[in-house]
Amino acid sequence: MSDKPKLAMYWAASCGGCEISVLNIGDKILVVDEVFDLAFFPCIADFKQSDVEGYPDGYIDVCLFNGAIRTSDNEEMAKLLRKKSKVLVAYGSCAYEGCIPALSNLTSKDATFKTVYLENESIDNPDGVVPLVETHVDEGTLTLPSFYNTVKSLDQVVDVDYYLPGCPPEPHQIWAVLEVVVNALLNGGPLPPAGSIVGAGNVAVCEECPLEKNVKTITRFYRPFEIQPEPGLCLLEQGLVCVGPATRAGCGALCPQVGMGCRGCYGPLDGVEDQGAKMLSAIASIVDVGEATEDEHVLDEKIGAVMDTLADPAGTFYRFSMAHSLLQRVKIDGNGDNGGKVK
Amino acid sequence: MSEKVGVYVCHCGTNIAGTVDVEEVSKWAGEQPNVVCSRDYKFMCSSLGQELIEEDIKEQGLTRIVVAACSPHMHEKTFRGATERGGLNPYLFEMANIREHNSWATNDKEAATQKAKALIDAAVERVIHHQPLEPIPVEINPTTLIVGGGIAGITAALELANAGNHVVMVEREPSIGGHMAQLDKTFPTLDCSACILTPKMVDVGQHPNITLYTWSEVEDISGYIGNFKATVRKKARYVIEELCTGCGICEEKCPRKVVDEVFEAGLAQRKAIYRPFPQAVPKYPVLDPPNCTYFERGKCKACQILCPTGAIDFEQQDELIEIPVGNVILATGYDLFDSKRIPQYGYGRLANVFTSLEFERMVNASGPTGGSIVLRDGETVPKSVAIIHCVGSRDNNYHEYCSKVCCMYSLKFAHLVHERVPDAEVYNFYLDIRTPGKGYEEFYNRLLEEGTHFIRGRAADITDAARLPGEEGKLIVQAEDTLIGKQRRVPVDMVILSAGMEARHDSVDVSLMFGMGCDFNGFFTERHPKLDPIATMTEGVFIAGACQGPKDIPDSVAQGAAAAARVGGLISQGTVMMEPVRASINKEACSGCRICNDLCPYNAIIFHEDQKVSEVITALCQGCGTCVAACPSSAITGAHFTNDQVLSEIEGLLWDVRERQAVPA
Amino acid sequence: MSEQFEPVIVGFLCNWCSYRAADLAGTSRMKYAPNMRAIRVMCSGRVDPQFVLKALREGADGVLIAGCHPGECHYVEGNIKALRRYILLKRMLKQWGIEPERVQLVWASASEGNVLADAVDRMTEEVRALGPLQWRKSVLGGNGHQPVAAAEVEVKVEEV
Repeated sequence: MSDKPKLAMYWAASCGGCEISVLNIGDKILVVDEVFDLAFFPCIADFKQSDVEGYPDGYIDVCLFNGAIRTSDNEEMAKLLRKKSKVLVAYGSCAYEGCIPALSNLTSKDATFKTVYLENESIDNPDGVVPLVETHVDEGTLTLPSFYNTVKSLDQVVDVDYYLPGCPPEPHQIWAVLEVVVNALLNGGPLPPAGSIVGAGNVAVCEECPLEKNVKTITRFYRPFEIQPEPGLCLLEQGLVCVGPATRAGCGALCPQVGMGCRGCYGPLDGVEDQGAKMLSAIASIVDVGEATEDEHVLDEKIGAVMDTLADPAGTFYRFSMAHSLLQRVKIDGNGDNGGKVK
Repeated sequence: MSEKVGVYVCHCGTNIAGTVDVEEVSKWAGEQPNVVCSRDYKFMCSSLGQELIEEDIKEQGLTRIVVAACSPHMHEKTFRGATERGGLNPYLFEMANIREHNSWATNDKEAATQKAKALIDAAVERVIHHQPLEPIPVEINPTTLIVGGGIAGITAALELANAGNHVVMVEREPSIGGHMAQLDKTFPTLDCSACILTPKMVDVGQHPNITLYTWSEVEDISGYIGNFKATVRKKARYVIEELCTGCGICEEKCPRKVVDEVFEAGLAQRKAIYRPFPQAVPKYPVLDPPNCTYFERGKCKACQILCPTGAIDFEQQDELIEIPVGNVILATGYDLFDSKRIPQYGYGRLANVFTSLEFERMVNASGPTGGSIVLRDGETVPKSVAIIHCVGSRDNNYHEYCSKVCCMYSLKFAHLVHERVPDAEVYNFYLDIRTPGKGYEEFYNRLLEEGTHFIRGRAADITDAARLPGEEGKLIVQAEDTLIGKQRRVPVDMVILSAGMEARHDSVDVSLMFGMGCDFNGFFTERHPKLDPIATMTEGVFIAGACQGPKDIPDSVAQGAAAAARVGGLISQGTVMMEPVRASINKEACSGCRICNDLCPYNAIIFHEDQKVSEVITALCQGCGTCVAACPSSAITGAHFTNDQVLSEIEGLLWDVRERQAVPA
Repeated sequence: MSEQFEPVIVGFLCNWCSYRAADLAGTSRMKYAPNMRAIRVMCSGRVDPQFVLKALREGADGVLIAGCHPGECHYVEGNIKALRRYILLKRMLKQWGIEPERVQLVWASASEGNVLADAVDRMTEEVRALGPLQWRKSVLGGNGHQPVAAAEVEVKVEEV
């Protein structure tokens, strides 16, 4: 290996989109190639875990770690890469806050295994075989990583230096971050303080969103397929759930501009402990219920009727941030039942 | 940077120490992180207790103070004062309520001690995040708005005006005087109501410091203490006040008669152009278009033709007047309970069932019968009268509360009947006789000596269906006489229903307009039922008289004067310091989502179209925190109730349960 | 486990009504369950759902939100905003597996000390019957934080 700074990118429980997003930076990828040597990037080249184990500690200058922590293998790699990297970046929403894999925290490992391996129309598994950590065969023992009941974010297993949010991060943001890093490595330029969220703004998506915003009241919610939104007008005002007000800007409000409510993939703003709870609070506060002096029972009914039109609050408000939420996973009772079935 | 917290655990004699192990708690508190000084003391609120705080701050360089004692509603101010005298900003102080919420509410000493620790830990964790805050000075406009020209409003107006302050009084009816002007005699002295009221009314009408708007209503009010802007609708009288001499010819010659439902309680008629009563202030009459021949058909115009000064103007319009004021006193009075709501009492169906206000007008010398007590036919003098107490009051079906004045005025009625119909039998059907005021019990004894029959039992039914001999042609009051344990049927000629005072029918709308609240019965909510009955929770808005709750004339006068004194004090200070517990929006963090915009009941949140950010107007904000909780990006901070402070408080509160869990995040 | 389980309930009480109601209960020497530990907020409208979740996460077995009756809010309608958030929060908490009795909303005016005391007594018993929540220990802790051994991974195949 040369003296060039070392770059690593690893995928834990993820979809692969973050790897593709790096390519999305266009011709800037050539700059990356010029500046860095790849130390570990299993998506695009043949690297082995033993390679990383062989590196001295801190050998890797920048490691872009994407994907959530779903299995013991994910955790093992996270800890290994932390040891071997100077700067560890939680790249993308999965590593930052759990993202879609963390929605699995709405259910349990038992239920998941049942669905995937046993109780499924297209499964033919008469012996009820499920993955086990150790399987003894004549030739020896085969091992698999264990499957955690709870999906975790990267910073819940190792210390993280920076967070680059997005599902996936936007190319101009990725490049902005890489540029700072390159400048620091080559010219001794400044780096943001450890623990910072980089490649994103400090305001909510609404600032970037060009739709017209008025004083908001909601009389009912709609699912995206139920109505055609009026163009140019804030989606939330029309009853379509847009989590933009509770989500960090940086993406350019791509989704609202094409009539899809923001889903929240850039995560919460500074000062917010729990993105889902904050959005719940905001959205509930603007539900229209008429006069304040009404009968308590009538009030309960009216409010309830509006809230009934909001499908799957947990999934909607925590679509990307469940691993980072205050409660993190649902409670499964003694019967193995999910307290509330995912709709 | 860590803080140096001083914790003071009060014994409060044995009030706390008798249940909570205060020495143990104090010792435990001293071991907590950031706590450098922990004491327990018998009476923290005493001057010695407070000096402990002051000295410790100076000598030990304490940066935060926690006092574990009674409720902050008792002594938060006291200890903030001690903190300030010690040299710290008074908001760097927090109280843990280990008395009302703990030692007084349980006999379980172990649980109480454990809970005390939790409450103290919560306060310590919270106070570390406190920031120094400064009260906000606001200038006071010396003009006061008084809404309502009854005895309470009149008292308040005169107190303020005589002290040299300018007052604007707005009264809904054509004349001031309120319900007191309708009364004949006032208990217990039997003073003539008009005689004691009209001089005050004249004073108000003539006072150089009082601007009087009658036949007017407040339509809107905005602003905050010291700086309100009221919009008053001065309804068209169709009389030019500058020209009117009050000669009364218009009223005399007007050919249209209308039943006067308001002042005469429906017992007499007035004209289409009228003054409600001869001593009306101001003297200008009012024209009632729906009942006026000119407005109906374009004919007549007698008033205009005959007016010697040409003061009638049929084209007159309502006027909207904007008045800047510094404080508001609401003295809007009461409505009488509508006796029709109790069908078994027959009001409205049985001719000779009267309400108390109807009877007041009847016995009034300048009333519809010239003071004679007669039946509805206008001639027959009743030989027997029943007075039914607690109509609509002390009754789960209508109003649970006691209306306070009805026993006294029922006794007054009994007396008046005895006086004017000397051989009449008078029956008072009562639940209890409530005569707590000065001279009231003595008045009751007088009535006993006058031969009034008192029957203890709520009247069940009033009927004209005769069943027994002697009942023919009479009204029969059926009631259980609970003292003898028997049902009684008492035939009488006339029944008077002592209906209770209730809140004005639109009191809720009024309270919403002025940004304060009403209780379940519609009476305005006072700041503290014991210690502050004339202030409301909204700074700058005060209440006086029956709008706060049923009361008699002396109490209404007292409250009117009290409200005036409070306002006078504010005016003489010139500036008032407002509590800094308010919200503020960080412009940089605001994304312009506008979710907060409609949430503020005080309209304190505005949106800047140019910068696309929202802003909280500090002076309007009352500090509820609703917008803080709603802001999805935490761009709104609630001073003294920040997220950091409350979240830390939660952690401290759960100190023992968190340790039990012992699992890393 | 000879000691009875004593639930810990975090209460959010509004300064003007329910906090004063609790004060009144104490001043009147009403004795009621000591299991509710109160946090004062100016208005129930200040209660951020984050507070409720934080309390549950940090070990509370239940959360009580108490405010003024609708129509009586010192700040006009802060309590109705609290009610809206509470109703949506309850629907969501169901999905999280948190039993409905663990998070409750109660209205109590400043003169209703007995209403508040009764509500605390009642809620204490309801939560006691449900057992401890201990979120971090029983829901987040174990099985998932550490890699699990083979025996624990075995899934029983049940007839469905």
